[in-house]
Amino acid sequence: MLTLTCPCCGITAEETELHPGGEAHLKRFGPGSSDGDFEAYLFARKNPKGVHFERWRHAYGCGKWFLAARDTVTLEVFGTYKAQNPHPTPEIVASIRAKRPDWQPDWTETKTSSAESLTE
Amino acid sequence: MAEALARITKLTDLGMIQIRADLAAAGDAIAAACGVAIPAATAMVAKAPRRLCWMSPDELLLVLPLAEVPEAVVALTAALEGQHALVLDVSDMRSAFGIEGAKAEQVLMKLCPADLAKMPADGMRRTRAAQVACGVWRQGDGFVLIGFRSVSDYLLGLLNGAAQAGTQLDPR
Ligand SMILES: [Zn+2]
Repeated sequence: MLTLTCPCCGITAEETELHPGGEAHLKRFGPGSSDGDFEAYLFARKNPKGVHFERWRHAYGCGKWFLAARDTVTLEVFGTYKAQNPHPTPEIVASIRAKRPDWQPDWTETKTSSAESLTE
Repeated sequence: MAEALARITKLTDLGMIQIRADLAAAGDAIAAACGVAIPAATAMVAKAPRRLCWMSPDELLLVLPLAEVPEAVVALTAALEGQHALVLDVSDMRSAFGIEGAKAEQVLMKLCPADLAKMPADGMRRTRAAQVACGVWRQGDGFVLIGFRSVSDYLLGLLNGAAQAGTQLDPR
């Protein structure tokens, strides 16, 4: 059974109290984008064997969306973090690296994005 | 003939006011208007006959006698004037049940995927009872469970079923 700790309220909830929201950190391509980008935004999803980042909603609880890092094979949870983060936090990365030394992030850190300045 | 695990009663005098606001900015105003301090996350503050429950980072639920609801709505609305906030009388869309007795916890253990044994005396746990959303807090020698009125009959059936005599979880 999957249990995740909601970073918004601190409750450790089991899977049936949560609602899955698919891959985390998608970038939206809307009006004005190319057909290719729009198609990829709608349909192309990672399906890794191993470390993965997902959206979850604490549906039978505080109701907030949050993000989780876990392993799709072992179901090991590396951590959860707030949905306002444009990328997994340094703590999450460290927690993954501790268990999976060979794992490499597939994003490049940008200094400050507008999402980071959002208030919660 | 064994006894039921708990006494299940429908509580009909509970008024409920939903408050949504930026709790960091509006906390003091809300506390003053309610006459109850702002609870910590996943907790509640009881000050008889009122109870202020933490529902989410931007939501509180004031539980109070039904007769006090109109006045409290006016006070809260005035206190939050000019802020991005919501004060709503939700008494009619909620149902509440008392689950009392030494084995009250077992009734909820059958229905909720939450470790209610570890919930502190001032805890407020939102979870589910079988297939519907609910909230639970401790009261007296048992619990109060709140849910949506539209599933009130379902909840009452669940609770009575889970409390049936002879269905205790302890080894026989
Ligand atoms: Zn939560």
